Amino acid sequence: MMPFTYTQAADADAAVRLAGGQQAGARYLGGGTNLVDLIRETIERPTALVDVTGLSDGITETDGGGLLIGAAVRNTALAEHRLVRSRYPMLARAILAGASPQIRNMATVAGNILQRTRCAYFYDQAGSRCNKREPGQGCDAIDGFNRMHAILGASPSCVATHPSDMCVALAALDATVHLTGTQGERRLPFADLHRLPGDEPDRDTVLQPGDLITAVELPALPTAARSAYRKVRDRSSYAFALVSVAAALAVENGTVTDVRLALGGVAHKPWRASKAEQALRGQPATEAAFQAAAAAELAEATPLRDNAFKVELAQRVIVAVLGELAESGLAGDGA
Amino acid sequence: MGITVNGTDVDLPDDPRVSLLDLLREKLHLSGTKKGCDQGACGACTVLVDGQRILSCLALAVQYEGRSVTTIEGVGADGALHPLQQAFIEHDGFQCGYCTPGQICSAIGMIEELRRGVPSHITGDLHATSIPYSRDELRERMSGNLCRCGAHNGIIDAIAETYRANPQPEAAE
Repeated sequence: MMPFTYTQAADADAAVRLAGGQQAGARYLGGGTNLVDLIRETIERPTALVDVTGLSDGITETDGGGLLIGAAVRNTALAEHRLVRSRYPMLARAILAGASPQIRNMATVAGNILQRTRCAYFYDQAGSRCNKREPGQGCDAIDGFNRMHAILGASPSCVATHPSDMCVALAALDATVHLTGTQGERRLPFADLHRLPGDEPDRDTVLQPGDLITAVELPALPTAARSAYRKVRDRSSYAFALVSVAAALAVENGTVTDVRLALGGVAHKPWRASKAEQALRGQPATEAAFQAAAAAELAEATPLRDNAFKVELAQRVIVAVLGELAESGLAGDGA
Repeated sequence: MGITVNGTDVDLPDDPRVSLLDLLREKLHLSGTKKGCDQGACGACTVLVDGQRILSCLALAVQYEGRSVTTIEGVGADGALHPLQQAFIEHDGFQCGYCTPGQICSAIGMIEELRRGVPSHITGDLHATSIPYSRDELRERMSGNLCRCGAHNGIIDAIAETYRANPQPEAAE
């Protein structure tokens, strides 16, 4: 591990001054569950860590009936929050499907959002080429063991996936990210935060050096009260997703009036399934319509050598989750 | 300000790179907490911080200034085992024993989460005020602690017996 300095930031402005002002090698530190590991592997080599876990860890209702979630809220605290469970069950479910209880007790909301891919070639510093780790080096995953990798939105430079479960729900819920940075405060739709790899896979997000996530805001979204998260993985607990689906569905008189759908484990970013949503709004809530919507989303899927199964798997999981939500009526969270 | 470990105040390391795990083992010589994978995958390093279970390998010690850490050395004593330790013996909740301190600290933290009503991945009703101590619940909630000897069934038996018989926090102390 390279030496680094450690400072606890008293507030967001202090954090930005400490990290963004002068030190190019500074990184914000949340629960450390990903960053400490990456530093130990020398994949991340910060010269300064600015601890932002002392910043907002509150969850408050907004005037509009949404929720404002402080960036330092721990994953467990978010999943167990009464209003998250009742208004956004897919979010509670997604968090509870991720990592382990110990890690969820440590990890913060912002840290979860900014965690890095678990692509084995990204981690294999000694033996593999990786454009995300070393821009321009090449990608050994594209022709390697790529069973876990992306089927949507990948590029010749990178086929890694974003590992978060929580983010899949945030993508489906139209969350907004509150940021502060050297240029002041601003807001960003969550869907615009993470990037597709293109030819710059080293950039996971659109954030600029020094930018700090201070909160995540959920809009009021009555449809989300009937929502679910389903994760398919190699073992039933404590594993990353092969494919996951976050979905909310509103049906009136047999017709889909609103639908929110996002996929995990399939792309470089949490994948909002806008094409499927568009295909489904106004359609009858039938399996045939769910099949067509899923197929519309996956039409441009480009599987690699080892992960063609993900296309069929995503199709089936989307249809199954929508089907369950349609059947569950008003009977709760449907999961 | 330092950090409290099993009721004793100790100094934080000068070097921020020192993990809580290395502070416990290398500086304080509390070798009960084990280093398994050192990358957050196995749970052998689980300790309690202010009653919450965390992974000490991924924790920088300096982040825990002013907090109270409990390791396996603070859970029981020679001749006065914690009921969970006794149950692990009776139910063959270990073979080599390497994961056991992490399993026990994890289970103590887990029971507090269950009592608090924190749902798990398999909890059917997200709004339930009382969650059953079922085997499936316990298995899911203990999935962050791996046992390469394969003693998981004994581990779940030990936890289930301990806390079904002593559902109240006081009774388990």
